[in-house]
Amino acid sequence: MNASRRSFLKVSAALGGGLVLAVHIPQLAHSAEVSENIPASARPPEVNAWVVVRPDDSVIIRIARSEMGQGTLTGLAQLVAEELDCDWARVSTEYPTPGQSLKRNRAWGNFSTGGSQGIRQSNEYVRKGGAAARLMLLQAAANSWSVPVSECSTRQSVITHAPSGRRTTYGAVAEAAGKLPVPTDITLKAPSEWTLAGKRLARLDTVDKTTGKQIYGMDLVLPGMLNAAIRDCPVFGGRLNSFDDKAVLAMPGVKKVVRVGSSAVAVIADTWWRAKSALDALPVQWDEGPHAKASSTEFAGVLRAGLTQENAVVGNSVGNAKDTLANALRTIEAVYSYPHQNHATMETMNATVLWTPARCEAWVPTQNGEAALTAVIDASGLSADQCEVYKLHLGGGFGRRGSTDYVTQAVLVAKAMPGTPVKLIWSREEDMAHGRYHPVTQCKLKAAVDEKGDIQALHIRLSGQSIMATVAPQNIKNGKDPVAFQGLNPPGPEASLCYAIPHLLVDHAVHNPHVPAGFWRGVNLNQNTLYVECFIDELAHATRQDPLALRRKLLAGNTKPLAVLNAVAQRAGWDKPAPEGVFRGLAQTMGYGSYVAACAEVSVSAAGQLRVHRIVAATDPGHAVNPQQIEAQIEGSFAYGLSAALYGACTVKDGRIEQTNFHDYPVVRMADMPRVECIVMPSGGFWGGVGEPTIAVAAPAVLNAIFAATGKRIREMPLKNQSLRAA
Amino acid sequence: MMQLNVNNAVRAVDAEADTPLLWVIREQLGLTGTKYGCGMALCGACTVHIDGVAARSCVRPLSSVPATAKVVTIEGLSADGSHPVQIAWAALDVPQCGFCQSGMIMAATALLREKPHPTDADIDAVMTNICRCGSYNRVRAAIHAVVSGKLSDAGLSIQHIDGSTT
Repeated sequence: MNASRRSFLKVSAALGGGLVLAVHIPQLAHSAEVSENIPASARPPEVNAWVVVRPDDSVIIRIARSEMGQGTLTGLAQLVAEELDCDWARVSTEYPTPGQSLKRNRAWGNFSTGGSQGIRQSNEYVRKGGAAARLMLLQAAANSWSVPVSECSTRQSVITHAPSGRRTTYGAVAEAAGKLPVPTDITLKAPSEWTLAGKRLARLDTVDKTTGKQIYGMDLVLPGMLNAAIRDCPVFGGRLNSFDDKAVLAMPGVKKVVRVGSSAVAVIADTWWRAKSALDALPVQWDEGPHAKASSTEFAGVLRAGLTQENAVVGNSVGNAKDTLANALRTIEAVYSYPHQNHATMETMNATVLWTPARCEAWVPTQNGEAALTAVIDASGLSADQCEVYKLHLGGGFGRRGSTDYVTQAVLVAKAMPGTPVKLIWSREEDMAHGRYHPVTQCKLKAAVDEKGDIQALHIRLSGQSIMATVAPQNIKNGKDPVAFQGLNPPGPEASLCYAIPHLLVDHAVHNPHVPAGFWRGVNLNQNTLYVECFIDELAHATRQDPLALRRKLLAGNTKPLAVLNAVAQRAGWDKPAPEGVFRGLAQTMGYGSYVAACAEVSVSAAGQLRVHRIVAATDPGHAVNPQQIEAQIEGSFAYGLSAALYGACTVKDGRIEQTNFHDYPVVRMADMPRVECIVMPSGGFWGGVGEPTIAVAAPAVLNAIFAATGKRIREMPLKNQSLRAA
Repeated sequence: MMQLNVNNAVRAVDAEADTPLLWVIREQLGLTGTKYGCGMALCGACTVHIDGVAARSCVRPLSSVPATAKVVTIEGLSADGSHPVQIAWAALDVPQCGFCQSGMIMAATALLREKPHPTDADIDAVMTNICRCGSYNRVRAAIHAVVSGKLSDAGLSIQHIDGSTT
């Protein structure tokens, strides 16, 4: 059954027949694959939840996590295929739907795609899914030959019974295999036995991205579909007072102007351009609410006061840092700050929804299919079994698409047009104004050093925003936001401060502005690593130690962080002079289960022009599923991290975000991008993420190199607001 | 009704004269490979060719594109992804999320038509498209690979299902 036929069936089922899809939408086909609306006879045999084998031996691997560029679709498929022992050249993938997963007792586990968890959190059960499917196929073949399964073997989708020389293929026995019980006693291959996982395989989703065929959420076209443009109150916490739809209803293509929730208004039209044009012309009155005069400047004062306030939530404590600092012969301190930033995904927020009084379906580029389904259920006023979400490809996620605000809006808009699908697209300006921003924080670091230059005590006081306060307040226990201390935690498997310091105190004075925070690629590891790694550099210079030597001393005996640091130092040639006019800076961190380090080489002209020439970066992610894609993530992390370091700031004035588009929220482009040399050095025995940790070392490595070049210590981000001109 | 020549087909389109070419292409002609990213000619996701020259279609009013002008979108670059730039992009796994890549490819093909042997400085000057995933270094490597004809020069050692390595 081809994809468009399945798509047709799906939409027909949804709409009661008679409609034909306008475009080829593979993801719809995927959802139809497991839909109960499709008769079993029309479906290719499902061996188990993860594996479908067609009669022609082609294999479909189901992927619950969302592909947003990070390569998880290919990496997870490699892991399943590794255990399945199938022909990789015949593998394709599909997304199961969150609704189907709910009906099948969450057969595909967690759909959430963030925190660099796609592979590290699900690798075991997806590999078991592949291994179980292989055992079922093997058993089905043995049954058909009436031979012991122990005499049969698999290789690349072919099953062989050596004693008799009989052979069959996965496709020939898949239907019978699917009727067997799913085995639970499974031994997974050791990584040393891998033949597909761990290899530098090409991505499965590249070609359609070079021809324009890849359908993103924004590209979806459904029969009879209308389009909507939306404006939410520019001041967070404000409300929509009124709008004058008479002013725009006569404009071309306009169908309706609707209130969306308490704070937004949307125009529905035949095309999005006409909807947006009418929205731009629509007179709107806002009640800007209690934060109408809020500003970044004012809030910076609140954060500054938090740096010295008495009470703070403790995240990490060793010995007695306060007393040691109070009695120290010499203390060194510094204050840093990090602003709000927008994710600025290339594809702005969007979702398409078809609502009827009996059913609500949403097509969403989402990082969290299950959260999107929850949002659809809540906003639609329908029950869970009346709702479904079909995931579409994401034009970037970076954490933004884990939130579901835009899904809720799209459902509310579609409810105004029962029976007609409506695609809601945010303008770039709306996307800039209504992000879920990187939290704003400041940090005061104070160290006690002895006469040998050893750090005896360190107090890291964070003052600033809690992401959980916006995203999941129920996760805050005793006032503590568990993710606020990323990179500063006690030793553990996730995001630890790896330095051994005799007396350490890390605490957090929580202050939340009215601007909503979100998970922004790298999350709190970004600013926390910047604070620590720049301050360590300050301490090295203040105590006349080499920044590499000081780090080595603080990491003594801590083999994993030392290994990535040493690898970077060696490749960069830290012990040799840099080229004329070029200066180096180091940074290392541990986050998302992985160990990373970087060395930046920069030059700064007399006029203050910065150029980042070269980055050497090392990552130990434990196991490396696809090294060439890990390299792509490391390189991309520098583009994202340097965008933040060089340019990234969203500022608030009169309660609203001042930046509106890429002219006043610039990001790194080709000309800014340094050469990046990646060292992927998996040491085995653990699973770390690769999409985010490297972002955290981008800014501090460059800032430390800038200090080496200029003697200027930049403590306020971003760099565009700082002069690097020679003093 | 206005006439537009897109990918060598003359089509009648029903849109206001000030409608950006981008939205005519996407919504009237159904060619969604050309993307909306900013609406201000800042990001390049909407890049198409007009008479062989790269143009940011999000700020080109329909009325400014005469019926005689030949517009080419990513879908018209080749019938089957076989343009050398597309081949290099696929061979080196350039795209990550891929949303910006139609614009990147259209900008790169226009650059190579203008300057068949671009320097890094030429690439920096012309390839001002934004990619938030950070594919820039592979974009650069792919452009150089098109020029040299040696996909393996990028040193990525990517294994393809046809057994080749690039």
